[in-house]
Amino acid sequence: MSALRLQTLSRAEAAALGAVGLLSFFAIWSFLSLSGLVPHQFLPAPYEVAARFGRLLLAPFAGATLPEHLASSALRFAYGFVLGAVVGIPLGLLMGWFRVLDEIVSPAFDALRFIAPIAWVPFAALWFGTGIGGPILIIFAGAFPPCLINAYRGARFVPRPLIEAAQMLGTSNLRIIVEVLLPASTASIVAGLRVSAGLGWQSLIGAELIVASTGVGFMMVQAQLDASTPTVMSAMVAIGLVGLAIDVALRALEAAVRRRGLA
Amino acid sequence: MSRRSAIGLATIATLALAWYLATMPLEWISPGRFPSPLDVWLALQQVTLKGYANGLLYQHIWHSLKLVVLGFLVAAGTGVPLGLLMGWSARAEALINPVFLLIRPIPPLAWIPLAILWLGLGDSAKIMVIWFAAFVPSVINSFTGVRSIEPSVIEAARMLGTPRGRLVREILFPAAAPMIFTGLRLSLQASWTTLVAAELVGAIYGLGKILNVAQTDLYPGMIFVGMTCVAIFGWATTRLLAAIETRSLAWTQLAEALP
Repeated sequence: MSALRLQTLSRAEAAALGAVGLLSFFAIWSFLSLSGLVPHQFLPAPYEVAARFGRLLLAPFAGATLPEHLASSALRFAYGFVLGAVVGIPLGLLMGWFRVLDEIVSPAFDALRFIAPIAWVPFAALWFGTGIGGPILIIFAGAFPPCLINAYRGARFVPRPLIEAAQMLGTSNLRIIVEVLLPASTASIVAGLRVSAGLGWQSLIGAELIVASTGVGFMMVQAQLDASTPTVMSAMVAIGLVGLAIDVALRALEAAVRRRGLA
Repeated sequence: MSRRSAIGLATIATLALAWYLATMPLEWISPGRFPSPLDVWLALQQVTLKGYANGLLYQHIWHSLKLVVLGFLVAAGTGVPLGLLMGWSARAEALINPVFLLIRPIPPLAWIPLAILWLGLGDSAKIMVIWFAAFVPSVINSFTGVRSIEPSVIEAARMLGTPRGRLVREILFPAAAPMIFTGLRLSLQASWTTLVAAELVGAIYGLGKILNVAQTDLYPGMIFVGMTCVAIFGWATTRLLAAIETRSLAWTQLAEALP
């Protein structure tokens, strides 16, 4: 009860409270759904969503099964994310090293950054169509800025003595960037990749809601038009799971980087 | 003028010139792909004077701005107290955190179809989605803010018999304030992104509606106007929040260190 005792709950107590929290969440949800307080069509019970999820794994909806929709989303995501990293990280490092480049790129970058990634949808559709090119541009718009910013910050905060030692030994600019700045800013870059992945995945879902003919976002819109709430919710669960998997993978990468002592 | 801003201005001037040259006299870029400055000017005139996508420009802007601010306030008003509570009480954290972790991986934009199913295409659906989007950063950062307070500060205050209300008002809140504002800034960004997405999916008014109609009409000039408005107002609200932050954190040197 007392103020910020920073009391450490025992493991058992924390687990019990957590279980109470989760159980009440599902209990309230089920109650609202089954009691009819919320029309059943709009709020199916948790087990109905689970059942629908299971069915969607095998039965096609909106032209493909859930795993197939997820696969096409994941493919787009991979393209856009890799593109964001491949362009953003080197550019960030170069900006961290060459002051002129920083001064030239920064104003334009700062101006563009205020455009929400999703606002690129109309141009993306106009330039690259709604198949795979358009959504990739949106993911890129979401994933690119954190890559650039973190590589830049990483490069800027490399300890001076490291750089000076390299310069004293007559190391070329390119080698300084690749062999000093890049390893020294790896931790920052990987942290940026995690932010990028989150934003990129979320931008992709947004893009697929608006323009796409496959993908899990498209599937959600179709389900919404059918007023099929369980399908919408299943898709949300799937999106959450994939997002979580991406984050877990990048966390593992972060840990691996730290273990190897690159950070 | 500093060297930095001189180069910045020069860059932007060069880009503007390149835009003009590539679209108008040289015609490297087809007007169906990217608008020329003239196209943008005509589109701007059309939407301000005659209206486009159900309304005049200021009506769209007003509508979007209203929803962003409302949704943001609802999210901050619920998220910050919840984050503070979870930071304050380990019990509350243990109770709420698992549910929070369960819902958090679902990106805010994925709530849009559900919000439309539940609340239709009107304002309440948008506020609900913005709330979901902006809620999470507010909670997480307020929580971190409380947890990063030195326990000795609180112990000292308690030893001196500070009543609870004052403890919250004079220690907890100010000490967590920088982190709270960091969270609010992220929340505000999330609010804009989500609103634009929600309006693109379906709306009657708003900047996203302009983008949506312009996309169907294949009207690059109007797309450009819509995007620029999104950027300008996103920037303006961020500046406003930063100004509030500087004012309310004037007592800490940290405020000056913040960008």
